[in-house]
Amino acid sequence: MLNPELKLNPKLFDEDVEQKPIRDGYGEGLVLAGDADKNVVALCADLTESTRTEAFAEKYPDRFFECGVAEQNMATIAAGLGVSGKVPFIASYATFSPGRNYEQIRTTIAYNDSNVKIAGHHAGISVGPDGATHQATEDIAIMRAMPNMKVFVPCDAVEAKKVTLAAAKLWGPVYMRFAREKSPVITTGHTPFTPGKAQIFWQSKKPQVVIIACGMLVYNALVAAKELEKEKIGTIVLNNASIKPMDERTILELAENYHAVVTVEEHQISGGMGGAVAELFAKHRPVRMEFIGLKDTFGESGSPDELISKYGMGVKDIKKAVEKVLKR
Amino acid sequence: MKPIHEGRLEYLEELANRIREKVIETLLEAGSGHSAGPLGMADIFTAFYFHILKHDPRKPMWPDRDRLVLSNGHICPVLYVTLAYAGYFHLEELKTLRKLDSRLQGHPHRTALPGLETTSGPLGSGLSQAIGMALTAKLNDKKYRVYCLTSDGEHEEGNHWEAAMFAGKNKLNNLTVVVDRNNIQIDGFTENVMPLEPLKAKYEAFNWHVLEIDGHSMQDLVDAVSEAEAIYEKPTVIIAHTIPGKGVSFMERDYKWHGKPPNKEEAKKALHELRTLGRRIRSEHE
Repeated sequence: MLNPELKLNPKLFDEDVEQKPIRDGYGEGLVLAGDADKNVVALCADLTESTRTEAFAEKYPDRFFECGVAEQNMATIAAGLGVSGKVPFIASYATFSPGRNYEQIRTTIAYNDSNVKIAGHHAGISVGPDGATHQATEDIAIMRAMPNMKVFVPCDAVEAKKVTLAAAKLWGPVYMRFAREKSPVITTGHTPFTPGKAQIFWQSKKPQVVIIACGMLVYNALVAAKELEKEKIGTIVLNNASIKPMDERTILELAENYHAVVTVEEHQISGGMGGAVAELFAKHRPVRMEFIGLKDTFGESGSPDELISKYGMGVKDIKKAVEKVLKR
Repeated sequence: MKPIHEGRLEYLEELANRIREKVIETLLEAGSGHSAGPLGMADIFTAFYFHILKHDPRKPMWPDRDRLVLSNGHICPVLYVTLAYAGYFHLEELKTLRKLDSRLQGHPHRTALPGLETTSGPLGSGLSQAIGMALTAKLNDKKYRVYCLTSDGEHEEGNHWEAAMFAGKNKLNNLTVVVDRNNIQIDGFTENVMPLEPLKAKYEAFNWHVLEIDGHSMQDLVDAVSEAEAIYEKPTVIIAHTIPGKGVSFMERDYKWHGKPPNKEEAKKALHELRTLGRRIRSEHE
């Protein structure tokens, strides 16, 4: 059942569950962060509406900087703002930032320890019809390998708002990953987000497998868990939004108790959240694992649902992975 | 800004020459690093840290200090030597350049050493960081000025021109760029590798105020910086024509000296030439 302590959306499994793009949470959180701290400034690279930077730009025009289509410039201007006392948020599509401006982020933000918050939008294959050029599927890998960088992947719009607010208060470089498409609202205003903490969203009476998920696929993981329970397979679903720092203690404890793990993310399997979990197990105690994610391939055009299904990240794929990991 | 008076000018020119000598000694000790750029920029660094900048070596994080952002981090030997002479740290520490556990990294690391304003080395991204600092000054109503020192070769980077466009658009009159126009880069002469001319016209087209000076005349630099302060509608770029390897005959204008240090024999010869130059500076002012 859903963890009652976390006050998740009671209508989560209803057909008319509220749907909202995760990126909306960034826009709402950014305005609130700006209200709370006048040093918060926002930059964008010609994607103000799409990255939901618009509301901040309208409310605080003096604290918003339009950089034009120039992601390298946006990141490095933010680096200069960050070392001189501002809290800059930069937003673009993740394929461009941190895609195109990777080196600038590495040198002038991460190594330079500048207090910059990087919002990577249109992450994952669920971007849909724009195709693979606009679907960021390697960004977790490049950002989590970067010293000094924190990495958060919220599961819905409500958590995205909290992640954005938390980033403003945390000192130092932060990468946040947001999806484009509408997706079910899983959490509520009462569900906490704490950097470095993973949360058990679902726990069956007799769990056999731990499903560790992040981003909008947490919803698919929950639906899979519910269906599996009917089929007498108990699971735990862990929302692993804080990829770096990762809640190693919780994850190791669960692995210690249940010995089988499936990771779920809208990202390349190589180097992603699942990779980070596997590194943890390899270091402490190997655990049977299956990985849901992109298998060393780019995406393509299509509707988000079609793509999630074609590339093996749907509910039935997660269920299959759970069954497979139990047989190993 | 006040001009440099005669007695002071003599002192500063001699100091710049001492900085060149110390650059040679530091590079010899390090065993690797760049020679030509640091020698060519010694006059400009001296003028900034001993006349132009409002700064306090005892309070390197003073919020109202002027910022000097070195974009082409590879010429950091001259920055480190100048900072040491200005009192940021002891001259003795220069011997640690590029060695294990040193605060003097091969390319500057801001958080390692007080007095550094940025981490640099990868080219073309200093100007935009300087822009960020200039924007902060505007937002906070601060009077400090931001100076960005760049190489000519790094003008081949797209990031630099993205930044130039942004500064022109936003009329950042508290920002001044100095281009070390020494015409060399690793692979050869800039105009052979990738022509930059007409550089003045390029900046003008990006809505900048452009000045050209002899990069070895501190008085010219001070005059240009004063003019930049008076320009309200635009950021200013000062194209400083310098001689790479300045003061050492066998290094001057030779791009092969861009990225290597002198060996013991070459250092001895270089120091001899620089000491002769020092004596000439003194006699010219007598």
